[in-house]
Amino acid sequence: MDALSQFELKPVFGALGDAVGFTQSSAHMLLAVGIITALMMLGTRQRALIPGRVQALAESAYEFIHDLVTGQIGDEGKRFFPFVFSLFMFILVGNLLGLLPYAFTFTSHIAVTFALAAVVFLLVTIVALAIHGTKFFGYFFPEGAPKALAPLIIPIELISYLSRPVSLSVRLFANMVAGHVMLKVFATFVVLIGGSAGVLGVLGASLPLALNVALVGFEILVAFLQAYVFAILTSIYLHDAVHLH
Amino acid sequence: MSEQDSFEERLRQAQARRGKDPGSAKAGLPRGNWGVGFRAGVELVSSLVVGIGIGWFLDRWLGTWPWLFLVFFVLGSAAGVLNVYRLFAPRGRP
Repeated sequence: MDALSQFELKPVFGALGDAVGFTQSSAHMLLAVGIITALMMLGTRQRALIPGRVQALAESAYEFIHDLVTGQIGDEGKRFFPFVFSLFMFILVGNLLGLLPYAFTFTSHIAVTFALAAVVFLLVTIVALAIHGTKFFGYFFPEGAPKALAPLIIPIELISYLSRPVSLSVRLFANMVAGHVMLKVFATFVVLIGGSAGVLGVLGASLPLALNVALVGFEILVAFLQAYVFAILTSIYLHDAVHLH
Repeated sequence: MSEQDSFEERLRQAQARRGKDPGSAKAGLPRGNWGVGFRAGVELVSSLVVGIGIGWFLDRWLGTWPWLFLVFFVLGSAAGVLNVYRLFAPRGRP
């Protein structure tokens, strides 16, 4: 039992899953999509003037991202609302799902987070190119800078631009991995100390147990915060792409 | 005078609606010490990784090891510092 074995990918659904490489990570992604779809469909079915619990949840999620997108990008941002909303809900539900016992956190894999960040990066670049055309390349060379510095400034700006998907994905991935490793380490302490020295051991084990309870609360905060940071950074990048300054 | 004021006010509102209000940008990002510190670290490292990656790849392709690697190592570090600077600098191009 080591702290990293929880991130191992294992095929599920028997021989069929084995044949196509359908892992528990993919299964949890499907589950997350199912939960989000169910939430939005159930939440909007009643269309009550005074929302019930599910409708209130769906509406507050919608309004939260709507305010975020229009606040960051402006009125044009409404076009990108579906994208940012899907991204936010997928990451949020994935993070929260991973906190349940026996569940798998698919956002703890760099392949997943980098794929999401790469989609964001491609969209931002395509939007910037579509709106501004070749003027987009002026982004890599600020106006008024001396021409002689171009060989220095352009590669630096280019690397800075290319580092966006890397930092976006590493931030989410590292936060999720760190949280889950900590939880596992302290849970191991509970078992090791609790089983070692009788009554004294049980007393001693209550310490890491209490810490783990606090950590789970903290991890719920991190789950929300990281989904929010991913969404807001996507909006900031889209703002840059739309307004290009 | 009051007409001037109301114009400024309407202009500011219109700009904020279009997402051009410099004050509102980045206001939503978490401002905790740990969060900012972690963000700065990630920005620094990721730029360095991208720089090293480009240099290493170009060197392999052009067979100029280790010169482009060294050049892009320095450029990547500079880009990392630039990213961290942009994290703290007010919005708008430096």
